[in-house]
Amino acid sequence: MKQLMTGDEAVARGAYEAGVRFASAYPGTPSTEILENMSTYREIRSEWATNEKVALEAAIGAAVAGSRSIASMKHVGLNVAADPLLTWVYMGVNGGNVIVTADEPGMFSSQNEQDNRNYAKFAKVPMLEPADSQECKDMIVKAYEISEAYNTPILFRMTTRVCHSKSVVELGERREVPLKDWEPDNGKYVCVPAVARRLRVKLEDRIRKLTEFSEGTELNRMEMHPGKTGVIASGICYHYAKEVFGDSVSYLKLGFTYPLPMKKIRSFCEQMDTIYVIEETDPYLEEAVRVLGFDCLGNNYFPPYGEMTPDVIRRAIQGQGEETIDYDTGKIISRPPTLCAGCPHRGFFYTLSDRKNLMISGDIGCYTLASSKPYQALHSALCMGASFSLGHGAQTVFNMGDSGKRVVAVLGDSTFFHTGINSLINTVYNQSNTISVILDNRITGMTGHQENPGTGFDAMGEPTNIIDIETLVRSLGVKHIRVIDPNLLDQVNEALDYCLALNEPSVIITRYPCVLKKFSEADKQEFEGMFQGKCHVDPDICIGCKICLETGCPALSVGRDMPQVRIDRTSCVGCSVCEQACSIGAIEREEQ
Amino acid sequence: MTKSILLVGVGGQGTILASKILTAGLMEAGYDVKMSEIHGMSQRGGSVSSQVRYGESVASPVINEGGADMLVAFEKMEALRYIGFLKKDGTAVVNDFEIPSIPVITGDETYAPDILEEIRKHVSAKVINAAELANGLGNAKVANIILLGTIIKIMELTKIDWESIVRSTVKPQFVEINLEALQSGMDAV
Repeated sequence: MKQLMTGDEAVARGAYEAGVRFASAYPGTPSTEILENMSTYREIRSEWATNEKVALEAAIGAAVAGSRSIASMKHVGLNVAADPLLTWVYMGVNGGNVIVTADEPGMFSSQNEQDNRNYAKFAKVPMLEPADSQECKDMIVKAYEISEAYNTPILFRMTTRVCHSKSVVELGERREVPLKDWEPDNGKYVCVPAVARRLRVKLEDRIRKLTEFSEGTELNRMEMHPGKTGVIASGICYHYAKEVFGDSVSYLKLGFTYPLPMKKIRSFCEQMDTIYVIEETDPYLEEAVRVLGFDCLGNNYFPPYGEMTPDVIRRAIQGQGEETIDYDTGKIISRPPTLCAGCPHRGFFYTLSDRKNLMISGDIGCYTLASSKPYQALHSALCMGASFSLGHGAQTVFNMGDSGKRVVAVLGDSTFFHTGINSLINTVYNQSNTISVILDNRITGMTGHQENPGTGFDAMGEPTNIIDIETLVRSLGVKHIRVIDPNLLDQVNEALDYCLALNEPSVIITRYPCVLKKFSEADKQEFEGMFQGKCHVDPDICIGCKICLETGCPALSVGRDMPQVRIDRTSCVGCSVCEQACSIGAIEREEQ
Repeated sequence: MTKSILLVGVGGQGTILASKILTAGLMEAGYDVKMSEIHGMSQRGGSVSSQVRYGESVASPVINEGGADMLVAFEKMEALRYIGFLKKDGTAVVNDFEIPSIPVITGDETYAPDILEEIRKHVSAKVINAAELANGLGNAKVANIILLGTIIKIMELTKIDWESIVRSTVKPQFVEINLEALQSGMDAV
């Protein structure tokens, strides 16, 4: 049976067919849908982990205990999981283990453009790079064979266009793989120095054997056509090159890219006069070509950043892209992403943006959007969980001077569980008066609504324990905690006033669900009447002062024909932030 | 010969569902199909696009500037933003619908009233009022399926069994209205 699938769906399907029984992940674009699809197969125990390090460690435990397992994450997630990865490679597997990294050339939803192929070389972990959805599925199955045959975890490197592009996949059947027995083996699983030294030597032997495999496998193949021009590419870049060159050049299509098949690369290069190495981000393949003594057109010829789409290749080679229609770009408005109508972050950031002498330390999530207009209420965004710790460091230094500057550090519920909790412990321990704010919208929002330890459900949709953030924060020794409804601006102001007067650590928890969330029974009970109303403007009272527009709500607008503000009834959910912003009472909320 | 259809709009307008039904139909018809989307941050009221390519054998899932046979804009400003992706002899279908962005709402930028005229200076666009047609059918949310109907008609894909694709894609209670919407979109051209 054939089906149109994204690369993420195909990875999940491949894991299913390969007999995988355990999957763990932390959500992150473009990898999120891997675990979401995994959880639709009842044969695979699928879990959202609290962060990527935890996800990988859980998958390692599953593999040690004898099951085939998989951990998936976005590229920056592998930084978090790098610690277990680099030693796990020494140990070797029992059940097969695959680690998926989803890289983001072009940075559509990421803070950097790191090339995780470097991790393969760094960690000495064999790497596969699929080019489309069919390969995603087939290579996952192959990855488990290699993992168990060579006693090694496998790094499975995807990119956004592989993850999120759909192409046709031929489905297969699931092959049940029996659980292997676990035996204590301290010479393998207890990586103390004496053991690690022995494993380090064995690791080199494993890489030698895998190099032979790399030379022989059809995952690395030549497609020869007449002429002396050749393209070397892996992943989606292979299809980009095919789009531009068709059958006019020969290809060395690499799917198994660590260790690289150096003899095969040499043999290909020897037959060519001109060699294009087409790859995104770092000159990973190019360096191998140059080490072999061949000149090539690579990172010095194509842009060293961004996606290497057919257009980019054409512009480099032909000096121009396809012929286009000439048009005036002057009238095009910008359309940045924005907080949704009814977003519970709005009331908080609208209020916060009025405060002076603050540094607002931000994090990774929807609330990063508060950095742009109209709020401009966020001054840093580094990595997951960094807002509290970066904020603590900044507050400590501000307190050395006399500016009186205060730090308000913000992050979401899922980010708090990810690594924010460590940062908060640090603030409490080292006693800065940083105001740490947990924007608890009862779900993992930006990545598209995944459950987390605070929501009451697991990745398979089953009810589970709820970790109550307030209780947890109190248990850490935070004495000053305010739990507020962020839609009520008076509550936000009161909490900020209270915390700004303190000389000790404090925490504000804004507790209100994401407007796009599928509400649980507990949500419906706790937040009775949420998103039920509509706000409207009384045109006889509205004087067109536009103060309400400063809330940045996309449901509000001013028409070309009249000065009064209008509220779009389809998108308004009656959060009433605009009603509270209006000082002359022109906006009214109706219950529905 | 590979054909390329670029669907653009604003997050939340239903470009993803429209392209899902479109690609399912193209696959049923025996084409090799590739589709590319960017998810994530841009969902939140930002500019979004779905790129659909089909033919005997498709290499790249991505449509480049000057590479689209058809541009379908669910919002008219987005048509202007992506007009450079059309081939010189490509076709544009534009929904006569306006969504202001936050910089427009806050008064930092102006949404010019003559966007359709601007588009028509460069390309002979087929303008549809999908919102009005959808309201006429009783559900403003099917504007995306109306535009899908228009694509199907213009790209001469009417022989594909769209009814069964719609039935297997949308919830049972929405099948009839979506089928009506599809027909309405085909009739609009």
